[in-house]
Amino acid sequence: MFESLSDRFEGIFTRMRGRGRLGETEVDGVLREIRVALLEADVNFLVVKGMVARIKERCVGADLSKSLSPAQQVIKIVNEELTGVLGGEALKITYASRPPTVVLLAGLQGSGKTTTAAKLGRWFKQQGRNPLLVGADLQRPAAVEQLRVLGAQAGVPVFSAGGDPVEVAAQSLAEAQRLGRDVLVVDTAGRLSIDAELMDEVRRVSEKVTPKYTFLVIDAMTGQDAVNTAEAFHATLELDGVILTKLDGDARGGAALSVKEVVGRPIAFASTGEKLADFDVFHPERMASRILGMGDVLTLIEKAEQTYDQAEAEKAATALAEGRFTLEDFLEQMQQIKKMGPISNLVGMLPGLPKEIKQAEIDDRELGKVEALIRSMTPAERVDPAIINGSRRARIANGSGTTTSDVNMLLKQFKEVQHMMGQAGLGGALARKAKKNKKGKKGGRFTPPSN
Amino acid sequence: MELALILILVGLALLGTATAVAISLRRRRPELEAPPEAPPQLPPEAPPRPVALEEEVAPDVEPEPVAAPEPLPVDLEPEPVEVVEPEPVEGPEPVEVVEPEPVEAPPAPVRPRFRDRLGKARSLLAGYVGSILSRSSIDEETWDELEEALIRADVGVGLTSKLLDGLRDRVKSEGIKTPPELVNALKEDLTKRLAQTDEGLHHEAGAPNVWLFVGVNGVGKTTTIGKVALREAAAGRSVVMAAGDTFRAAAAEQLGLWAERVGADLVRGNEGGDPGSVVFDAVERAAARGADLVLADTAGRLHTKVNLMEELKKVRRVAERPPGRLTEVLLVIDATTGQNGLVQARQFAEAVSVTGVVLTKLDGTAKGGIVLAIEDDMGLPVKLVGLGESPEDLVDFDPEEFVDALFS
Ligand SMILES: Nc1nc2c(ncn2[C@@H]2O[C@H](COP(=O)(O)OP(=O)(O)OP(=O)(O)O)[C@@H](O)[C@H]2O)c(=O)[nH]1
Ligand SMILES: Nc1nc2c(ncn2[C@@H]2O[C@H](COP(=O)(O)OP(=O)(O)OP(=O)(O)O)[C@@H](O)[C@H]2O)c(=O)[nH]1
Ligand SMILES: [Mg+2]
Ligand SMILES: [Mg+2]
Repeated sequence: MFESLSDRFEGIFTRMRGRGRLGETEVDGVLREIRVALLEADVNFLVVKGMVARIKERCVGADLSKSLSPAQQVIKIVNEELTGVLGGEALKITYASRPPTVVLLAGLQGSGKTTTAAKLGRWFKQQGRNPLLVGADLQRPAAVEQLRVLGAQAGVPVFSAGGDPVEVAAQSLAEAQRLGRDVLVVDTAGRLSIDAELMDEVRRVSEKVTPKYTFLVIDAMTGQDAVNTAEAFHATLELDGVILTKLDGDARGGAALSVKEVVGRPIAFASTGEKLADFDVFHPERMASRILGMGDVLTLIEKAEQTYDQAEAEKAATALAEGRFTLEDFLEQMQQIKKMGPISNLVGMLPGLPKEIKQAEIDDRELGKVEALIRSMTPAERVDPAIINGSRRARIANGSGTTTSDVNMLLKQFKEVQHMMGQAGLGGALARKAKKNKKGKKGGRFTPPSN
Repeated sequence: MELALILILVGLALLGTATAVAISLRRRRPELEAPPEAPPQLPPEAPPRPVALEEEVAPDVEPEPVAAPEPLPVDLEPEPVEVVEPEPVEGPEPVEVVEPEPVEAPPAPVRPRFRDRLGKARSLLAGYVGSILSRSSIDEETWDELEEALIRADVGVGLTSKLLDGLRDRVKSEGIKTPPELVNALKEDLTKRLAQTDEGLHHEAGAPNVWLFVGVNGVGKTTTIGKVALREAAAGRSVVMAAGDTFRAAAAEQLGLWAERVGADLVRGNEGGDPGSVVFDAVERAAARGADLVLADTAGRLHTKVNLMEELKKVRRVAERPPGRLTEVLLVIDATTGQNGLVQARQFAEAVSVTGVVLTKLDGTAKGGIVLAIEDDMGLPVKLVGLGESPEDLVDFDPEEFVDALFS
């Protein structure tokens, strides 16, 4: 769960604890880890090279803040670097003064163009526009039918016709006029960047409709090849932006970074599922953390530092280590967490959480239920849940306005947590760390490696 | 404060949250959370038969897509309407069977050779290896370039280091001196790895064989089924396609067009219906007709979606049952896939015991190196390779050609 860049860094930095300075070996070690992490996240080889060089420059001579450990500091630099590349100027959709505003979607086979077309249709509709979807994929079996079904789901009309995609594109302009639609979203067939004939076709489609926005639709699972694709499509179509799909999986999505570097145009939208509503504008910060495999840990650190009582945290860690973490402690931790903001936000920032938890609609009130359950227990019960028998269960359920199966659920989950912590030996590691922390952590400064 | 400390404490509290969520979910949808002691309430093994049969069959009997004003311009024989002849549905069958007239036996596909297709895409790698080959001796730069070539082919950092470490040992023990020898040694190693595994597709006599196609979204499952059908038909086998993707828009229509194209039988269900039923009905139909092979399509699904993976397990169990015999579970991997491909392979293998990989879209610029990592990690063989969108663009996997093409 915690096999992330931050962990690897911890390993490197433990060696330098107490020195407060980062020598050449550490910097090199850190950079090696960054390189591997980025490559494992599918960031393109050449892009990684450039990034590592820039990160090195920034690490060297950076002032270390007191509140962050060197590891966190480096992560912060890396994160800023990634966010810088991914973000920059966001794309703000504006509309053509003479409608229709045309949006053209292009990309490799199966990347998600047709689905995205429908999602965009729905999105424009929500913006108060009158979109028309155009089925210009006359190649793949049932592509137009697929768009029609999705269009119907989105409540957006679909236009297509037989013949040639370029013709269909041309006709769609007239159709938009006739129907009074002010936005055209044109779906095209998937094509390989090296397929000269089809690349020429999409160029002609583009010339016909003169899109205001041309988006490359790219799968978040794409590997090293993303740059080739992006370069070729950009050369042919002059992209305005990128739409990243299938982000609901666990791919790190380094392709986003590669494509952004190559094309230099913003990533405009992110698609996170097969349903039409699974679509949103792109958030660079989230993506940066995702590529590093650590959730939005930085925001989390900041929040935690503002709200978490360090002494409390260490007490809990020690309790965990010594195997006497009770429901009472559990309750206290939950209080702390609640101070950090809505649970659903926190969940989104955490790395490695199962999707079911991330996707569940989390209501803070449900947390209240758990609290109520624990509060309805006697102190003895909180310390040793094993004594909770049938009649105690009924009493707790009664007292908290829940049911006995809720009580069971809580007890079961709590046992699992205890077990998990014990198994992973996390408690012990934590206690050690907590102790070390107590000795005080000094801010440090990176010493430049002498080349 | 220590990062790990915060994370764990937050994680802890989140488990509390998870409890809360679980409680509330169970309230809302009691079937989602079975009590832990009781066995999970899996739907019965037998594919549930829809009750309102007449209702469900009726709307689908006419295969004319209502919404499409024009016939879709697919590469069809000139009489597409005549060819699609829905069988009068016998008895209470909830599925629609589209049986094409026995079209003229599909022509034996002209199979493209691996290298013809790969040729144009290989310039990048050829570039690296080319510059390696032009060096007079093996130096650090040679190693760096080999590393770069492998990583850029999506082999992954881990396996790349492992391969190069092995190669360094061989350089010492075998006295390899020149870059060409080095590249050859690497190629040899890769070929050997890939050749170790069983690449054949299994046929067993006596029952309709079922080949199940699984994978994440958009990798090429449906298209591959079309291609495999053509090739199996050319080998003299009669094929029934099962439109097991009842979820994605127009997925069954897509497979239906492939069925027409290659002259195969198609069994499809209702949109949003139970994929297991479709597969089951296809198997029964194959058995009744004495067909040899059922090619079962499934909806694309990300391996992280627990409920969808559960659904897939169920489909697999159905496919296993007599009168059918499940002889292949093929994981389709898109050659453009990066390191996530390994996770996909692990998860799908764990869920449905994958028997082999189909590597699609190798006609593009992507190298498909992730299959090396998959082979290394799980010993899962690549069985077929997709080289285009046409029916004949499918070849058997050939380790030597694959590696050769990677380094030529
Ligand atoms: N999980 C997930 N699936 C997606 C997402 N976007 C699209 N898909 C699925 O990916 C598959 C391919 O999507 P399409 O929209 O058909 O892709 P396309 O680019 O139009 O494909 P071609 O027209 O064949 O090139 C379908 O199964 C979609 O449902 C996403 O964000 N998440
Ligand atoms: N160039 C190329 N394109 C391919 C190949 N195989 C499939 N495709 C294309 O990839 C796209 C997706 O293929 P499908 O067969 O619909 O993929 P799928 O896995 O069934 O997709 P879902 O059912 O939506 O998950 C289509 O446009 C296919 O024509 C191949 O080997 N080469
Ligand atoms: Mg499409
Ligand atoms: Mg499909």
